[in-house]
Amino acid sequence: MFWPAPMYLPLLVSAVLAVVAPWAGRRMAPRAGAWAMTCAAVVAAGTWLTELAILAFTAVGQLPPVAALGPWSVRVLAAEDPVDREFAAVCAGVVLVVLVSATVASWRRGRALVGAWRECRGLAAGGDLAVVEDPVPTAFAVLGLPGRVVVSSGMLRVLDARERSALLAHERAHLRHRHHLFTLILHLTAVVDPALRPLERAGAFAVERWADEDAGVVVSDRPLVARAIARAALASNRARTASLGATGGPVPQRVRALLAPPVPRRTGAALAFAALIAACGVSLAITAHDTERLFEAAMHAPRVTGARLPPR
Amino acid sequence: MPERNGRGEARRRARGELEGEVLAALWAAGGPVTAAVVQESVPGAAYTTVLTILTRLCDKGLVTRRREGRGHVYAPVDDQAGVVAAGMHSLLDEGGDRAAVLARFVSDLSDEDEQLLEQLLHGELPDRE
Repeated sequence: MFWPAPMYLPLLVSAVLAVVAPWAGRRMAPRAGAWAMTCAAVVAAGTWLTELAILAFTAVGQLPPVAALGPWSVRVLAAEDPVDREFAAVCAGVVLVVLVSATVASWRRGRALVGAWRECRGLAAGGDLAVVEDPVPTAFAVLGLPGRVVVSSGMLRVLDARERSALLAHERAHLRHRHHLFTLILHLTAVVDPALRPLERAGAFAVERWADEDAGVVVSDRPLVARAIARAALASNRARTASLGATGGPVPQRVRALLAPPVPRRTGAALAFAALIAACGVSLAITAHDTERLFEAAMHAPRVTGARLPPR
Repeated sequence: MPERNGRGEARRRARGELEGEVLAALWAAGGPVTAAVVQESVPGAAYTTVLTILTRLCDKGLVTRRREGRGHVYAPVDDQAGVVAAGMHSLLDEGGDRAAVLARFVSDLSDEDEQLLEQLLHGELPDRE
């Protein structure tokens, strides 16, 4: 009566999305790619979590106190349930683990964002720029209201005037387009669904490339941005010994991309994203509908009084 | 109404950005310089605009002005250098989440990356100086 295969379809579709999205996203122009990959990550993680919760509920619903709330028949539910009970119990465990780790990850990232903002709020800034006296070349943007670009004097001294403009344009692009939120969302979706880690990396790289291309438009010279990135990376690499957690992508790839012609609009990749996102929704709807029918059957089976019958 | 706000916001932002660029140029200069020198290294800014911004930066205490010859020379102030540099190192050195929330301009390089970049910088990149 209930086919098991559609019950697992959303897991399959979200897995396909996790594999295809980084691949398709890398082929798109950075801005479109960043948007597509972030949306795909949210949909894939949402589908995965909702599906796990649905599967888990087929087992949770068989617990007598829960069934009494329905009310539905535990006997009928157990007989008709296409989902293996042990498997459903595992799903329930995974949902709990995911919820806890997502909460922890949000808390840690949120605290880091607020902490970075607090520390940078204290810096004296000319316009949106705070310069710190430090021979080690570094530059970064901090989210805030308003956001801040922080650059060390060492970085300003290794770049020429036009390269400095390119650097500032890159960091301002991060602030203007709220890139911190993209990377935050990508990170949290990868915590919810570890299969999305390649997508997190590809998305973060697209965000970095987006800022590069934006800077290229502002200074009207893409090779100039490439040169600024290369010079800054070489200088900061020479000055630094400690290894840092690197955001963004491999620098040579960014430089190469800026030296190559701009990526044209890729309608095919965008359509692939749209189709897979739609498939997630449809498969989830089918599963939800099947589960609803399952529980409805269990509700009507024990001849509960008319008050509980749905109005027809 | 929203359009006017949008334009006002854009103007304010442009002014803030120019201020940042002037400050960056002063720091890059490495020593006290005249407004004319600053103007040369801020692409597309008028001399009077640079002067206005320098005055504003002086008022904020970010820049010092000193009489030299017939004009003024300007230099960046780093009175809180110790505190600030320490704060920035702690920002970067914490790694993990702290480093991840900063949108850094460049990430670290492997040895291979370094060689590749040297090649790109000195070979294929068209040098315009």
